Amino acid sequence: MAVGAEAIFGDSVITTKLDNAISWARESSMWPYIFGTACCAIEFMSVASSKYDISRFGAEVVRFSPRQADLMIVAGTISYKQGPILKRIYDQMSEPKWVISMGACACSGGFYDNYTTMQGIDAIIPVDVYVAGCPPRPEGILDALMKIQEIQKNESIIKDRTTKNFKGRLDA
Amino acid sequence: MKASSKIVPQKISKADSMPKHFEASFANRFSKDENNQYIIAQQYIIEAITCLQIEDNFSILLDITAIDYLTCKHECPSRFALVYILRDTSFLQTVRIKTYLHDAKLEIQSISSLFAIANWAEREVWDQYGICFTNHPNLKRMLNHKEFIGHPLRKDYPITQGQFCTKTDDLMDEMIPKLENKGFTSHEDLMFLNLGPAHPASHGTIRTFCALEGETIISAVAEIGYLHRGFEKSCENHTYNQIIPYTDRLNYCSAILNNIAFAHTVEGMLGVSVPQRAQFIRVLIGELSRIIDHLVCLAANLVDMGALTNYWYLFNPREAVYDLLSKLTGARLTNSYMRIGGMAHDLYDGFNEDLQECIKQIQNGVADTLSLIEHNRIFHDRTQDVGVIKAEKALNLGLSGPNLRASGIAYDIRKTAPYYNYESFDFDIAIGSVGDVYDRMMVRFEEIRQSIRIINQAMKQIPQGPILVADNAISLPDKKDVYGNIEGLMNQFKLIYEGVKVPAMEYYNAIEGANGELGFYIISDGSGTPYKVKVRPPCFPAMAAYADIIEGGMIADAVLTLGSLNIVAGELDR
Ligand code: SF4
Repeated sequence: MAVGAEAIFGDSVITTKLDNAISWARESSMWPYIFGTACCAIEFMSVASSKYDISRFGAEVVRFSPRQADLMIVAGTISYKQGPILKRIYDQMSEPKWVISMGACACSGGFYDNYTTMQGIDAIIPVDVYVAGCPPRPEGILDALMKIQEIQKNESIIKDRTTKNFKGRLDA
Repeated sequence: MKASSKIVPQKISKADSMPKHFEASFANRFSKDENNQYIIAQQYIIEAITCLQIEDNFSILLDITAIDYLTCKHECPSRFALVYILRDTSFLQTVRIKTYLHDAKLEIQSISSLFAIANWAEREVWDQYGICFTNHPNLKRMLNHKEFIGHPLRKDYPITQGQFCTKTDDLMDEMIPKLENKGFTSHEDLMFLNLGPAHPASHGTIRTFCALEGETIISAVAEIGYLHRGFEKSCENHTYNQIIPYTDRLNYCSAILNNIAFAHTVEGMLGVSVPQRAQFIRVLIGELSRIIDHLVCLAANLVDMGALTNYWYLFNPREAVYDLLSKLTGARLTNSYMRIGGMAHDLYDGFNEDLQECIKQIQNGVADTLSLIEHNRIFHDRTQDVGVIKAEKALNLGLSGPNLRASGIAYDIRKTAPYYNYESFDFDIAIGSVGDVYDRMMVRFEEIRQSIRIINQAMKQIPQGPILVADNAISLPDKKDVYGNIEGLMNQFKLIYEGVKVPAMEYYNAIEGANGELGFYIISDGSGTPYKVKVRPPCFPAMAAYADIIEGGMIADAVLTLGSLNIVAGELDR
């Protein structure tokens, strides 16, 4: 039962914390940037199409410019040659931003333990959620998206995200 | 698209197509090794290949690769050898020329003036093995990055020794000479633009660096290797069956066709052919893979031109096939269904009903899409006479598969060198007449129909019987033997730990992949692990030609051209 000023306005006004309001808005409308390089990107196509339908989670506005996106999904193998590009695109996204590492390759190099494959993208950019699988099933990506929403719920707009202090192999 | 063609492969007998002129003029300068390869001294290489090309009509260069014999068990004349694989214009004959290089000076003359594709192929050999090609126009790294030190496919390069890359190549070293050739001494009025490697229309990781005047591409340079995953090196420390999952990830849009190509090649080395039922299953699932590969290619191509609705029409049937494949193999995309000597298991009960349902959905999806685009002016204007590759040029470039057929050349390995009873199925080769984006797309639509025809026939004729070769040196024993008796257990143990032992030889074979000739050149030293594996990816020649094709066109056309060539980074970069 509302008291004070709230009681006067009845149901027409909701009071909440600014943090909660902003987090609620963010989590219901993530704009992903797909850094798709390989097989996992084909699976992401399934996540985006009608059967699994990522728009049920408010994240269907796939942006092709990192500057407009706040969620990066790294889908596919990242080679050392690709490294500087991944880093550059991550840097171009504005804060706050989140990263999902999709599939064994992005998480750890997968079964490409060799001279050309980066053994996990967290060597160069910070990762919030790792998804196992080669490739992960579409449900796995939806689950990761919900995990990101969970993270967002507990964040505050006046505190810097911890990933801001991340120092990777390609940071000067 | 028309149903006629200018160049049709002629049926000629095998004896006719031996390189007669070559054998006559090099009579005492070549020898033939036990693998039926011509061995030539390195100083004659240009002369020999020119002779083959001009006089014997071997005008398609399939691949160039090197071999490092450092850890080879038998005596070799020198550490490095080069192998050139050529095909004649009747498409029936393949020759391999091998030359041993002087160890002191790893150098040989480039053949890039004879074959356009040799330019990239030689660059790759230089990058991976460190063999120099004299007179090569631009010998620089291809798959590995600019800062990479060493040559990873040499046997003494440790497989896990990665090297971080800090800076991307600006490609100006290639762009400026190209512009100067076109008469641009200053480039102040031009705008430089990178399409890719991280661009939604770059289909993964392809990078095209363009010099623009307005929206017109004056000059373009393509760079690949961003998805180089060390497939060939990884093969050298896995057993033959362990390599199957790696092959899935070459052309991941049609994983099973890669499985089949690899297993088929190894079975050729073993001298066995899989039982009839297994052959039929390979045809069924292989054609289904071809269909879903074409579906993705077409869906993406249509999205690139703004026709988003068609994407849903074409992708949903693919989703239905995924359901069938996961029921059959346990995985949606990367199926690893084949084994050396057959396949993991038989079809499940009710497979036919599921298959018919998939086919119905595919037919509906294709019909819906065609009803939107077939008579659509925008579609015609965007695709017709765009990205044209003429028949002669397509052959010289080494294109194959739908891309070559779109140019009007009716070459399909399923017809010229049938395997798995393809000669007994009634199907047509779809060909184009112009070789533009439109033809390449329409050929794929038609191939979907033809594949459905093949599937229907195969499903009617499929016999009962085993799905694995009955040879316990190749196929795993029954589980009841593994758990029930010591022989079965030992057999399983040895096959898993040591792998299928393949007789020592050097062997090339190919099948018709979704994108064209998907070949494997495998060297075995008699053990359960290959000494060397080289893939001949069908989209490598297409990508090598791409930069030249788009010059003079608009950026938007370049995007469609790339999509219609169906470049798949996984098989391109390996
Ligand atoms: S995790 Fe597997 S499916 Fe994903 S990119 Fe790597 S190899 Fe491909």
